[in-house]
Amino acid sequence: MTPLIDARKVRYRYADGTLALDGVDFQLFERETVALLGPNGSGKTTFVLHLTGLLHGEGIIRVCDLAMSKKNLPKIRARIGMVFQDSEEQLFLPTVLEDVAFGPRNLGLSPEEATRRAKLALEQTGMEEAAARAPYHLSAGEKRRVALAGVLAMSPEILVLDEPTTFLDPPAERDLVRLLRELPQAKILVTHDIPFARALATRAVFFEKGKIAGHGSIDDVVRRFQWEI
Amino acid sequence: MHYLVLERWSRGDSSFHRLDARVKIAALLLYLVAIATTHPFRWSAFAAFALLVLSGVIAARLPLGGMLLRAAAVLPFTATFAAISALAGDTDAAFRLLARSYASALGVLLLAASTTMPALLHAASSLGFPRILVLVLQFLYRYLFVVTDQAQRMRSAALCRGSALRRGAKRERFRAASGVLAVLFARSYEKAQGIERAMLARGFDGRIHLLSSPRLAWRDAAFLGLAASATLGLRFLLTISA
Ligand SMILES: Nc1ncnc2c1ncn2[C@@H]1O[C@H](COP(=O)(O)OP(=O)(O)OP(=O)(O)O)[C@@H](O)[C@H]1O
Ligand SMILES: [Mg+2]
Repeated sequence: MTPLIDARKVRYRYADGTLALDGVDFQLFERETVALLGPNGSGKTTFVLHLTGLLHGEGIIRVCDLAMSKKNLPKIRARIGMVFQDSEEQLFLPTVLEDVAFGPRNLGLSPEEATRRAKLALEQTGMEEAAARAPYHLSAGEKRRVALAGVLAMSPEILVLDEPTTFLDPPAERDLVRLLRELPQAKILVTHDIPFARALATRAVFFEKGKIAGHGSIDDVVRRFQWEI
Repeated sequence: MHYLVLERWSRGDSSFHRLDARVKIAALLLYLVAIATTHPFRWSAFAAFALLVLSGVIAARLPLGGMLLRAAAVLPFTATFAAISALAGDTDAAFRLLARSYASALGVLLLAASTTMPALLHAASSLGFPRILVLVLQFLYRYLFVVTDQAQRMRSAALCRGSALRRGAKRERFRAASGVLAVLFARSYEKAQGIERAMLARGFDGRIHLLSSPRLAWRDAAFLGLAASATLGLRFLLTISA
């Protein structure tokens, strides 16, 4: 089976000289949910930014059998839906509805179809009431949910969620777990929230100093790296 | 969070606020053209046009004093030219200049104070304003919040850590302030970069595809009819009576 994501020997150095990734090998297969764990600054966010071609370092990355090249970027970005660690950055259009419809419109869908999908995604994330509001006036948790809706509206094949549970209240986190369970897509969850990872992930990898220091089942990894309070 | 008065006013809830932004823009354009083409522009003309806008201000339940005061913000700019005319002995021209610019500013302010920026930009683009212009304005508006937000946060953080407690020498305070400004720009830049990344990740290709605009309601049409006939009527009356 060819993996949905195949990353080999990915290395990346930021402009200021920080070596953030130092040879990462990673695969994601269909229907998997993989938790990326690891300390602050270990390179998790940097790594997922590579998967949509937002950063490019050394190494080879293939997504849905497409090589990471300028020509393939639109296709790759249509297949990977990414919710950023700082969801505020994700929102820039005047109203929530327009913001959520932004991705579908970029896919070339008609305004009507884009609106329909946006409304559906807002319903899924419990934010349909906020459709007409300005996204940057929302609370942190609400922004999170709108950002997720913006990605779901594109119906990607792979979901990448960077710290999706920060700012969420317990019921919202529970709803998110339920929602993600129902979604058929393969998922990458970058998280420090172990109960959340346990509820969803089929396996875990552990980042440390820009490398993958270990992988296995969540319980294995948590035990090996003593990754609980 | 934000203390932009205009932003707050524009989110008001009057039937004037709820009018479609497109008809408000159209009415404003007519009004500006009428002001520019009314000859001669005397006190009576100024009063008539100002009253027209003020009726809008009242309908929009905006603070009268605040509006009159803020519209005066244009005066320093035109005052220079008016002063030159006045010195050259043409006091009529000086008056015309000041009166026209103040009346125009009132009109623009009424539009801005009764229409949210998003609605305004949306309307501008559906009225066929150049796409690139609308896009730039849209980002300007978005980044305005990024910068003010960052500034606000940094200020709160500094206050929480007691920055107001110590009163250093002026020079030292100036140096600290300029350092903070540099960080503010760096942070805003990083934010802007993050926003760009998020846009790219959702397939942004340099064009924003907006959702279609709603249809005009009958009251929008009625407003436009009323505003247009009042403005044009005024203009003809003023020109004929002269
Ligand atoms: N724009 C940047 N410029 C320079 N260095 C950066 C930049 N962004 C991140 N880094 C550095 O790269 C390293 C990896 O950062 P990254 O954000 O990928 O970590 P992370 O695993 O996501 O951490 P966290 O759990 O805190 O989100 C860190 O040492 C960080 O300081
Ligand atoms: Mg991170």
